Order: sequence, then structure tokens, then C-alpha cells
Amino acid sequence: MAKRWVSFADDKQCMGRRRSRNVLLVLTLLCCVSCSMWLFWGSGSWGILEKLGGRDLRYPRKQILFDRFNISKYHLRSLALLISSLEQERFFKCMNKSIDDVKLSSSLLHTLAEINAEVDHNQGQENLIGSDIFFEGRCLMQIGCDGAAKSSLPDNIPEKIMRSSANMDAIFLKDSETLPYERELVNSSQDHHRVFSEMLFDMLPMLIVAVGFFSIGFAFGRFTKSSHKQFRQQQHYRQHSKGSGKWSKKLLFLGIIFGLSVALWIFVSMNATITERRKETLVNMCDERARMLQDQFNVSMNHVHALAILVSTFHHGKQPSTIDQQIFAEYTARTAFERPLMSGVAYALRVLHEEREQFEKKYGWKIKKMETEDQSLVKDDFNPEKLDPSPVQDEYAPVIFSQETVSHIVSIDMMSGKQDRENILRARANGKGVLTSPFNLLKSNHLGVVLTFAVYNTSLPPNATPEERIRATVGYLGASFDVPSLVDKLLHQLASKQTIVVNLYDTTNVSAPIRMYGPDAAGAGEMYISGVDFGDPIRKHEMHCRFKHKPQLPWSAITMSVGVAVIVLLVGHIFHAALNRIEEVEDDYRIMSELKVQAEAADVAKSQFLATVSHEIRTPMNGVLGMLQMLMDTELDETQQDFAKTAQLSGKALIALINEVLDLAKIESGRLELEAVPFDPRDILDNVLSLFSDQSQAKGIEMAVYVSEQVPEILIGDPGRFRQIITNLVGNSVKFTEKGHIFVSVYHIEEVRNMEDDQCETLSGCQVVDKQKIWDNFTLLKSSTEGDNAINLIVTVEDTGVGIPQDAQSRIFTPFMQADSSTSRTYGGTGIGLSISKCLVDLMEGEIGFVSQSGIGSTFSFTAVFKEASKSSGDIKRHYTDSILSSFQGLRALVADGRCIRARIIKYHLQRLGILVDVVTKQQNAVQTIVDCCSTSGRSHIDMFLVDKDAWGERSGISFPRFLSESLRNGVVMHKELQPKMFLIATSLNPTEVYDLKLAGYVDSMLKPLRLSMIVACLQKALGMSQKRQPTKAKPMTLQSILRGKNILVVDDNLVNQKVAAGTLKKFGAIVTCADSGKEAIRRLQPPHNFDACFMDVQMPEMDGFEATQKVREMENTVNKLIESGDVSPEIYGNSRWHVPILAMTADVIQATHEHCLSKGMDDYVSKPFEEQQLYSAVAHFFESDTIDRIS
Amino acid sequence: MEIGNLQRRYLDFASTLFHEGFLDNQFTQLQQLQDESSPEFVLEVVTLFFEDSEKLLDELSRTLNQQAVDFKKVDAHVHQLKGSSASIGAQRVKNVCVAFRNCCEEMNQEGCLRCLRQVRNEYFLVKNKLETLFALEQQIVAAGGSVPMMW
Repeated sequence: MAKRWVSFADDKQCMGRRRSRNVLLVLTLLCCVSCSMWLFWGSGSWGILEKLGGRDLRYPRKQILFDRFNISKYHLRSLALLISSLEQERFFKCMNKSIDDVKLSSSLLHTLAEINAEVDHNQGQENLIGSDIFFEGRCLMQIGCDGAAKSSLPDNIPEKIMRSSANMDAIFLKDSETLPYERELVNSSQDHHRVFSEMLFDMLPMLIVAVGFFSIGFAFGRFTKSSHKQFRQQQHYRQHSKGSGKWSKKLLFLGIIFGLSVALWIFVSMNATITERRKETLVNMCDERARMLQDQFNVSMNHVHALAILVSTFHHGKQPSTIDQQIFAEYTARTAFERPLMSGVAYALRVLHEEREQFEKKYGWKIKKMETEDQSLVKDDFNPEKLDPSPVQDEYAPVIFSQETVSHIVSIDMMSGKQDRENILRARANGKGVLTSPFNLLKSNHLGVVLTFAVYNTSLPPNATPEERIRATVGYLGASFDVPSLVDKLLHQLASKQTIVVNLYDTTNVSAPIRMYGPDAAGAGEMYISGVDFGDPIRKHEMHCRFKHKPQLPWSAITMSVGVAVIVLLVGHIFHAALNRIEEVEDDYRIMSELKVQAEAADVAKSQFLATVSHEIRTPMNGVLGMLQMLMDTELDETQQDFAKTAQLSGKALIALINEVLDLAKIESGRLELEAVPFDPRDILDNVLSLFSDQSQAKGIEMAVYVSEQVPEILIGDPGRFRQIITNLVGNSVKFTEKGHIFVSVYHIEEVRNMEDDQCETLSGCQVVDKQKIWDNFTLLKSSTEGDNAINLIVTVEDTGVGIPQDAQSRIFTPFMQADSSTSRTYGGTGIGLSISKCLVDLMEGEIGFVSQSGIGSTFSFTAVFKEASKSSGDIKRHYTDSILSSFQGLRALVADGRCIRARIIKYHLQRLGILVDVVTKQQNAVQTIVDCCSTSGRSHIDMFLVDKDAWGERSGISFPRFLSESLRNGVVMHKELQPKMFLIATSLNPTEVYDLKLAGYVDSMLKPLRLSMIVACLQKALGMSQKRQPTKAKPMTLQSILRGKNILVVDDNLVNQKVAAGTLKKFGAIVTCADSGKEAIRRLQPPHNFDACFMDVQMPEMDGFEATQKVREMENTVNKLIESGDVSPEIYGNSRWHVPILAMTADVIQATHEHCLSKGMDDYVSKPFEEQQLYSAVAHFFESDTIDRIS
Repeated sequence: MEIGNLQRRYLDFASTLFHEGFLDNQFTQLQQLQDESSPEFVLEVVTLFFEDSEKLLDELSRTLNQQAVDFKKVDAHVHQLKGSSASIGAQRVKNVCVAFRNCCEEMNQEGCLRCLRQVRNEYFLVKNKLETLFALEQQIVAAGGSVPMMW
């Protein structure tokens, strides 16, 4: 047992640990979920950061606009410069004059631009703003330009336009720089969130599917299990439970695999998206760069073209030329901002060989040839003076004008350079700008290309042939592009130049592309190529872009998928744990149910054993008791009589104990049923008290009972069981109380509910425990569940005994448990009384409770539900007939007692006799009352006066008459006959006290506990009303007298049994007929027959006793009906109503309960082999009235 | 003298029977039932018991030695045997019957066979004893004495 407890404790600990583990698990899960959520959002914000980088993807567009705008602006300014260089003085004057106008028109333009910007803001078409403004601006500018160029009329306009354009510029810049950026930021973050939420939406169904998958598997497992459970035996069950557990585990495993693959899929798809985006980014960036480069280049080229036209117009178109080296140099220098990418421009004149001398003479220098073919060896200290004169050729292209930066090439024949020559030839043939392949530029040693435009002397038709063009050619305008600086500058303007590597290639010769720009080291990752068109169809250029750095690990994808995987694993773990737990619980359950079955079997076996054993003991005990009874009837001397009596008492005690055990067994097997007969509760209480009166008197304990007036006189219930409970409780109290009192009180529950705690002292003055505490626990007290005529009684047994130790109080109602083993050693007893009481109280729909305090005492209280009986049901056994009681009717009594509770008890008993009772508590009052009565002899005559021995302290009762007579001495005359009879009530009296009280004038004394019978006897004796008691009961009839001459049928298949039964009955004078089967019994019992009774064996082959009895009853009913209906005259059957008493004979006491026999139509049962006493009690029931009838 | 001897032997023998538990007070009660109206009551009953029991024992051994034992039938027989032995107060037979019935309930063929052997033993023992007792009784009666009462 101890081991078992330990293991239970272990289990409990385990459970606790498991629970805490589960809590931990849930917490971890929550943490993980929140972590992953955070990660997701985090990745979202990272996306924003990324977007910040990506912003520059769109930025170039704006840049382009900006640039273009600038370009046009530059155009304008260059024109203005040109004009100023031509007619500076006049222009400046105009400018000064028109300041006011400028303000006006610029503000006009400003508002226009603003409105425009606003409108477009609202429409969210930032891209258009720029172009709109741009175009509008250009329009205006063109107008302005035209005006300025054509005539000098509105001098102020160009300036105005310039100003306005500057303003616009500012607005535009502001707009384009801030708004798109903001918008983009918003866009990009929205974009990212959208992507993220899409991702989530993609995933959610999957997660749901996964979870659903789990749960379906789970439920399936459960379902199959439970459905199988209904059909399979328990042996199969275990196997199956394992099987389905495996199934669910497999499903779980599949689910986890599925979930993990989902996580993997998420990773792959997110990674792909990221790579895709990266590639897109690269493409975008590359394209933007290429286009920008192209645009810038084109712009520069256009300007060179314009320059060519300028030269054509002002140098060749005018005679004499308006341009000389100085003007050219100045102009080009001042417009250098227009060509930010060009290191310099120069103009070479076409000189035919025949014109060379004339030309040389005109300019005063020889045409020189380029130093070497190989231009890579150009030194810094380049000096054109040292160059050799050009060799004779068909034509020359000596540089005549040059920008300051390239002044060193003046006088050099451009035809002498291989690249240049090619360029020149191509340029003049198609009239467009052409490019050289990249080569190292003179002096700067940078890789560059030279752009060449041909200058024609006459305006050519647009569709001029190459020959016409060649003929019309007068010179060449060359411009050198410094490619590295060009690209560098360009890239510098762009953000995120750090992230990508840009290479520019000349791919005219496909097999050997020439790298024009960019580092040697190849960047990481894939490359994107975008074509660049520099306006020269022959030359092909490409821009190669790649990322500088390797792609970062796709953190968002990793976190996402890891998060999903973690969730999946956790969910899996939870399901797994749940599965395991369920399996465990099922195992436990199975074990439990097995244990339960075992325990129940053991319990049944125990009850059976108890019943059997007690039955087996009872049989010999009856013999012992019977023999003792017979022994006592013989002539014995005093000692022998005493011994025999003691032996009989012990035997009775043993029988009582055995009956208790049998009761318990019956209760436990649920076979005990309560009777419902009318009874007098007060009578029962008196009985119980008389039972213990000897003991209490011996111990000197005061014992009393009080039944409230509210309790009806007659109740319907089971008096035996009611008595049993009270007997148990009082017996316990008597056993454990050495001094003080035992007080039994019975109240109607309504009284208790409304009872204020009247601080009446206790019976003996000893301290008692507070019984209110018990009542507080009763549910019956709280809820009023009164039936129609149900009476709830609350019975309290209060003692001042040793009390129950605190630690034993919890198991007080457990069978065979006494407070401790030492208690049973001291006081004896089996300890089943209380448990039986509890069971009985439960059967009576009541509750039992107690309060106990060591050293103070215990109070037990129980409630029970009875039915109120109608007054008419007077057929209950009562000790006293109404005639006895009526003889006391109308008498008056005075009760004097210092303790009101004691007085109340006396009053209760006297009131039961119909005596009118007055109570006085003070000695003086008592004396006064008595004196009054005696003297006046009037209406208030008192018949008796009762006083407690300890009414006002130790032995004060005995001395009361002396006190009384002392008071009377004061001249008051007492009529002797009027003086009330005085009774002393005492717990115990010793002989001297008895003598004393007789002397003192008491008529008699009553010993507690007070009982009605005792009071009646005492009063009758004292008042001279003694009547001859008629024995109410006839002398108990012997079996012999009952059975003599009776016809009895014995039915038993066992011949031996039959014979024995028959012999036994015959011995008592019965006339016995035997039958050896149920069928024969039926045949014989077919009315009319002359059997007075039938003893029927229960267990018989073919037809058992119950069946036979039922058949017999059916037959009897048929006959009875026939007689009733008058079809058959009763005379034929000799009896008006047939019902032969059938008594079952059985060896099994437990099985053959009274009720069971009754339900089968039998009348009673006797145990086999016959016991005289039992046989008598069973038979007497049927024959007694008969006998009495016969006697009378 | 002869009779007195016989009577004493009878009493001794009877008391050993009670002492050794072969018989219980049920047998005494049977003897009490015997009076002038039925002078052979005990003998009749006991003879009946012998016949009945032998029949039952044969039946039992036949049933139990079958391939498929009908325990219900066995139980019924044992019940009968128990009833009759209890009625005549053959206590030891009755006790073995109780054990026998338990074996029957457990469907324990081995146990049943063992119990059957035991019952048979007890039965023959008690039969012998009773026959001896009756023989003594008859001797006493034949010698012209009266059978002494044990109570």
C-alpha cells in the first residue's frame, strides 16, 4: 500500500512536471510565432531600405529631364552668348533696360509652372510634369530664341526667358527632386508590403491546409479508434489503439514533411523573386545609364553640329570672315559648359593641294603632319612647332581654329592621322557626325573618341548625294570626347554607382571589342548588356553592367521559410505530444478500468464473504443463545444464573455486531431498502435512552432527550433504521464520555433555520462544541426543499466526551476506522457504526455531520426526511394507551431549575403526558409560587413540584424543602393537602441521599435519563393512580401451537432436504405433504386445495421456486376473478379468496431478501436448514391472526 | 452390562464424529425429529442421502470426464449434493461442496476433478461412519436397550 502511495505521489509529480512542460511549450510557441511575425514585418522594413537603394532606379529619369532642361537652357544661353559676342554692347544695354519687364514675365511664367505642377500633382503624373513644363518652357524659349536671333527687337525677351527658365528650373527641380522621391518611397514600401502580404496569402492557405491535414488525421485516428471501440473486445482494443496511434503518427509525419516542403518552397520562390528583382534592378540601372550616356553624348554632338553650322555661317558665309581664331577660342571656351564631355573643339579647313601654298601664306604657317601614326606615345611636352610639315597630299585639313584646351593642334593636318582621316572622309560623305574608334587622345593620354562634322559652304538640299556633299565641303569641325571622364561624370551624377560596375565597349569590330571605360576586374555575378547609340551608324557601342558585390543572402526568404519551418515543427510537436498524451491517458484509462473491475470484484467478494461469514456465525450463535435461554429456564443458583446471563448478553452483543456487518454488506451491495411505516419518534428516542440508561447512570453522565413541539407525533419512515442511527451516535457518545452529559435533541428543520443562538447553558454546565458549525454545512438548511408533506428532522447528539482528534476527523465515516488504533484498544468496537449511520442517513435523503474538539466533546448532527402521517393512522405500537395518558390530563406541575435547558426537558416530558407545566428558575420564585398556591387554594392549584438535584448548585435540590419550610415559617399556613407532591430529579442517588430526600419531604425521585415510561410509573405511584396493567401482548405462541394441524406442502427436488423439512414441520404438529418439483407443486396448489401454507425451494431444476410461485398466483387470480364475477360460487372453492402463503426456502441469505421474495409473489422466506426462531417469526406472521381468531 | 458398554461406545463414537467435524448439529436436530411416530426417521433420511449422493457422484464423474464439461450441470449436481449433505448435517461433505462450486464457477476442470475426489472421499468416510453408527444403534436396539441421546 505504501508503495502504491509513493507511486501515486510520483505520478502526481510527473503530472505537475508534465503540466509545466506543456506550459513551457505553449510559451515557446507563442515566442516563436511572435518572432516570426516580427521577422516578417522586419523583412518588410528591410524591403523599404532596399527600396531606398532602388530609388535611384527611377532617379535617372528625373535626372535626364533635368539634364535635358539644362541642355535647352544651355542652348539658350549659348545663343545669348553668341549674340553677346557678336553684339555685346547693344545687348547689355537692352538687358539693363528690361529688368522691370523681366520681373513681370518671370512671375507670369512662375505661376504658370506652379499651376501646372499643382494640377499634375493631383493627377499623380510626375513624369509628365517635367515634360510639360519642359515643352512649354521650350516653346517659350524658342519663341524667345527666335526673337533674339532674328531681330534685336525685343531685347529683353531672351533675358526674361532665361530668368523664367531659371525659375522654372528651380520649381521643377524642387518638384522632381522631392515629390517623386517621396512618392517612390511610399510606392516602394507599399510595393513591398504588397509583396509580403501576397506571400502571406500564398502561405496562409497552405498553413491552414497543413493544420487541417494534421487535425483530420488526428480526428480520423480518434474516430476509427472510438468506432472500433464499440465493436471490438477489450483485448483487441489495445492493439487497435496502438495501430491507430501509428496511423496518426504517420499522418503527422507526412504533415510535417509537407509543412517543411512548404517552407522550402517558400524559400525557393522568395529567392527567385529576389534574384528576379535584382536582375531587373541591374537591367534598369544599366539601361538608364546607357540612355543617359547616349543622351548626353547626343546633346554634345548636337552642339558640335550647331557649331559646325555656326562656322559655316559666320566663317564661310561672310566675306570677310567674322570669325577668327580669337573669337572661336573665346566662343568655344565660353560655351564649353555646353559640351561638358568634350575636351575641346577645333575647326580644320579643307585645303586642296593646289591651294596649300596660298593657304600657308595666308596663315603664315606650314601645314604640319601628325607626329606619328601611333598616338599612344604622345608626350606631355607636346609641341606642334617641332612637328614636321605635312607631306604632299591631295588635300589637307589643317586646323585653323581651336579651343584653348586644344590649341596645340592648330596647323596640324588632320588628314594625316589615320583615324582622323577616316573620320573626315566619312563625315563629309554623309553630313552627319561620325566617331572614331577609341584611341588615346593627344596630350591628355585619355582614351577618347573624336567626333567630326563636315562644314559645307552652301546649304545643301536634304537629300544631297555624297558626291555633292564632298564637293560642298569646306572644312571639318572636330571635337574630342574624353570617354572616361564623360562616363565618370555621368556616373557621378547617379546614385548607387557603388553597387554596379559599368564597362563601355566599342563593338564595331565584334571579334575584338575595345574597352572604352571601366575597370579590368570583372564584377561579380551576371552581366547585363545594353546598346548605346552615339548617333554614328557605323560605330557600335555597348554598355556592360554588373553588380560589384555578390548578392546578399536572401535573409527575408531565409527567415520566412525558417519561421514557417519552425511553426510547422512546433505544430508537429504539439500534435505529437498530444498524441502521446492521449495514448498515455488511454493506457492509463485501460489500466484504471481493469483495476476498477478488479476492485469491484474484490468488493463484491468482500460483501459476499461478509454475508456468508456472518450468516455462518449467526447460525451457531442462535444455537448458543437458544441453549442459554433454555439453560436459564432451568433451576440454577445465583452464580450460574449470572454466568448464563452474561453469556447470553455477550452472545446478543455478538449477534448485534454481526447484524451490523450484514447491514453494511447489504448497504454496500445496495440491497438495503427502507421501510415506510408510521412511528412515534419520541417513543423511539425514549427507547434509545432506556437502552443506555444503565451505562449512563453507572458513569454518572447526565443524559436527556428533547423533541421539539414542531415535530409531529407520528411520522412515516423506517423507525428501525432511525433508531439504529441514533443508537449508534448515542452509543458512541456514551462510550467516549466519562463525565458531563449527552443530549439528544430533535428539531424540525424550519426551527433550526430560524433559531437564534439562544445562549442557554448546557445541560451539565460543561463546555460543548458549537453545533451551528455542523448545520452551516448542511445544504438542506440553506435550501428549503419541502415536499408536500415531507418532514425534515434534524437530530443532534451532543456529548462532552474525549472528542475526536483533528487528524482522524476526515476518516470518521470510513468503515472500520476508529480515531486511532489505541482508541479501539481502549473503547473497543469495530468502527462501522458511523459508516452505517452515514449510509442510512444518505438513504433517508439526509446529511450527517459533526464538530468535535479534543477534550471538549463532539456533536453529531444529521437530518432525515420523513413523511407526516395523518392522525388517523393510530395502529402503531405505543407503550401507553391514551387512557393512561388521559389520566394525567389537566394536572399542573411546577418545574424549578436554575438551568433553563434542564427545565425545558422536564417540561417536554411532562407536556407529553398532557400536564400543564410552569417553569421557575429562581429559588425564591419557586417558594413564592408554592406558597401562593397553597395559601389561596384557588385556581392555581399545583399538583406536583419537580426540582433537579443540582438545580442551583451541588445538591441544592435536596435542601430545597428545608429552604421552603424556612420560608413558610414566616406565619404562612400551609394546607397539607394543598401542598404539591415534590419530586427530585437526579442523575444518581446514593442510599443516604435517598434517605435524606424522604426526610426532606420528597414524595419520590426520578433518575435520569427521563423517559415517559419512567415518569408515568413514578407519577402513578405517587399520585395513587396505579392501575393494573393489562398485558397487551398475548403470551408468545410457540411454534407448536401455531403449526399444529396445519396442512403444509413442502416442495423440494432434493429428497433429503424435503425429508428433513417435512420432518421438522411434522415435529411441530403440521400435516406435511411433499412435492419434488415445481410442476407437482402447481398441480397440488390448484384451488380448491386444503393447504394452509407452502414451503418452496427456490432453486429447482426445470421450474424454480419463483416461477412456480408465479404460476400458482396466476391460477389463484383466475379463480378469484371467477368468484368475484359470480361465475362460480365460492362454495365450490370453499374459500372466497385464495392466497396460499408461500415461503421460500433458501440457503442463500443475501440473494433471498424479503423484497425479492415479495416481488416474485412469495410471502416470506426461511433459511435452510430451518432455524426454529426464524421459522417461527416467518410462520407466525401468517398464522397468528388465524390462531387468535380460532381462540376467540 | 452389555448394553451399557454398547451405549457408551455409541456415545463415544458419536461424539468423535461431531468432534472430527463429520457431522454438525443439523444431525442432532434430525435425531430430535425422530420420535415414536417415525422411529426410523434418521435412518430413512440418511439412506435417502446415500442413494441420492451416490447417484449424484456417478453423474458428476461422468459429466466431468467428458470432453466438453457442462459446468452448469455439474454446478446443479453439486448444489443438490450440498443441499442434501447440509440437511443431514454431513458437514465435511458440505464444505467440500462449497469449494467444488467455486471451482465450477471458475470453470476449472482440474479443480473440479480434485474436488470430486475429495467429495467422494468425504462421502465414503461419512457413509462408513454413519453405517457404523447405525450398526451400533441396531446392536443396542437388538440387545434390548434404548439408543442414548446425545443432547
